[in-house]
Amino acid sequence: MTRYIIRRILQAIPLLLIISALLFVLMQEMGDPLATFGGRRVLRSEDRVRLTRQLGLDKPVYVQYLVWLVGNDWMKIDLDGDGVAESYGTRKGMIRGDFGTSFVTRRPVIEVIKERLPNTLLLMLTSQVVILIVALIIGITSALKQYSAFDHVTTGLSFVGYSMPIPLLAIGLMYLFAVNFKKWGLPYLPTVGMFEPGAGRTIPQLIWHMVLPVTAISTISIAAYSRYIRASMLEVINQDYIRTARAKGLRERIIMYRHAFKNAALPLVTLVGLDLPMLLGGAIVTEGIFAWPGMGRLFLDHTVRADFPVLMGILMMISVAVVIFQIITDIAYTFLDPRIRYD
Amino acid sequence: MTNFTKPAFSPTQLAIRRFRRHKMAVFGLFLLAALVVYVVGGSLVFSEKYANYIDTSIRLQLPSRQNPFGTDVVGRDILARTIYGGQISLTIGLSAVLVSVCLGTLVGAFAGFYGGVIEGILMRFTEAMLNIPQLFLLIVASKYLADRVRNFRVFGREFSGSVVVIVVIIGLTSWMYLARIVRSCFLSLKEQEFITAARCVGTTNIGIIFRHVLPNSLAPIIVAATLGVANAILAEAYISFLGFGVRQPTATWGNMLEDANRYLESAPQLWIFPGFLILLTVLSINFLGDGLRDALDPRTLI
Repeated sequence: MTRYIIRRILQAIPLLLIISALLFVLMQEMGDPLATFGGRRVLRSEDRVRLTRQLGLDKPVYVQYLVWLVGNDWMKIDLDGDGVAESYGTRKGMIRGDFGTSFVTRRPVIEVIKERLPNTLLLMLTSQVVILIVALIIGITSALKQYSAFDHVTTGLSFVGYSMPIPLLAIGLMYLFAVNFKKWGLPYLPTVGMFEPGAGRTIPQLIWHMVLPVTAISTISIAAYSRYIRASMLEVINQDYIRTARAKGLRERIIMYRHAFKNAALPLVTLVGLDLPMLLGGAIVTEGIFAWPGMGRLFLDHTVRADFPVLMGILMMISVAVVIFQIITDIAYTFLDPRIRYD
Repeated sequence: MTNFTKPAFSPTQLAIRRFRRHKMAVFGLFLLAALVVYVVGGSLVFSEKYANYIDTSIRLQLPSRQNPFGTDVVGRDILARTIYGGQISLTIGLSAVLVSVCLGTLVGAFAGFYGGVIEGILMRFTEAMLNIPQLFLLIVASKYLADRVRNFRVFGREFSGSVVVIVVIIGLTSWMYLARIVRSCFLSLKEQEFITAARCVGTTNIGIIFRHVLPNSLAPIIVAATLGVANAILAEAYISFLGFGVRQPTATWGNMLEDANRYLESAPQLWIFPGFLILLTVLSINFLGDGLRDALDPRTLI
């Protein structure tokens, strides 16, 4: 098992290198990172030359990538921007946990991300819990009552659900529960942000502000998850061991929840294992519409300003998480299903 | 005893019979046909000039007799724009899938057929692409290619160069699942006897791939491509909604949504019409794809 884990980690390293190199090259053309450096004024051309040298942006792409990857404390860089490399750099590089400094805020990328990550996790993990609970109820019920009215209705609705464009759903929810409820004098939900500035960041405020974004995020995934659960439940129900369990006179509830569901839930582990790391990136469209200060918004805001250290930081964090979660999922499988071995 | 005089059905006839039994798929087909009639036929009624005509004195009008779907933030008629926007959205969906099908099929076919080092490299690359959520890749790629394609004219109509950019980037970021499907088809098919037979008569590798294995893995490719059109239309909508997609004045259903949440209280027509058109299109394509999946699977009983 240990050998398997080590092998998987070693395999992941070239994968992450490919991803990072690919993204780094793409990021070079995002726009002019110096555009916002002068504040409202336009940069003087000599300042531009100096800043380009100080930030190392005058170097070829592969040197910049190398610096980003392994740092620059082994090479001389041009700190004062006069065209002569004179002092050693201080960056440690991504592999030593240094994601560089944001061009926009001039703060370490890690700090910028740390500020937003809790907001995104709060929103996304809540949504994931809602998704799982609702999808399990719908999926199992419609599998146990296959071809019933409930099954047909949820099948139809789930098609609508996963064909739903997020902007339509999110703005539609806002329009109904915020704008029109207010107009009709009903208790209405807030549309943007995490809390009222006057009320402060309290738990009731957060919950109140999360209702609409969580609904928008969950609906589409509930549709996909419930179909998936229904299908795997149906597959298990027709297995021989379920017939055996019935034949020896077990009660239907026990058969369904102890024998069938446990086996049907296995593929779900893979699905959740693939989805969880993606949650770190937040929901770009939903966060944008509801002005939720999470990772998706961070990514958008810094894309516009061509702040590629932050963008690289976010994307690499997601891909490392994907790799780690894949390994965890595979290991979890051996515990959940003793038939699977990796020796 | 089996009645041999009854004419047998060809596989295509069987597939059509299975498809017609799938009520939702037939419904999807009709809905999609209606939408195509709407965006093509509508352009005979309204000119593109009218769809792009700016009149700020009638901006943000609610639906009226003059403008059945109301007007947008600069006073353009939303009905006419949903027609021309629909043409672009559907074209983008189809062309992007064409790009992704070509790429995915090639990668999957070569990986599955040759195996070994080629497979290792291609599938690693596929995995690498799957590690980043598509929307992030789309945003980065759209910034990379933005303004590199000039506006162009086809059939006397001027199109924004960003249309081509969006087609390319959606195609480049959505081929991975198809590559995996094609690879697994190739892995199982290449071991079968008819491939050995083809090799015996001296067919080249390329010949085997394209003449013998690929036609036999068409069914899953068709299904994946159909569902891919739905995803491509959604991807276009998201990227244009975020402002990285197709530029104005060329309308798409996605970029028509752009200002919708800024005028939430006063102008619901900004999102209702393009939003529901996207929903209906994607829904009908998903129904269609689901029906095709059952119809093209020979194990499905009639």
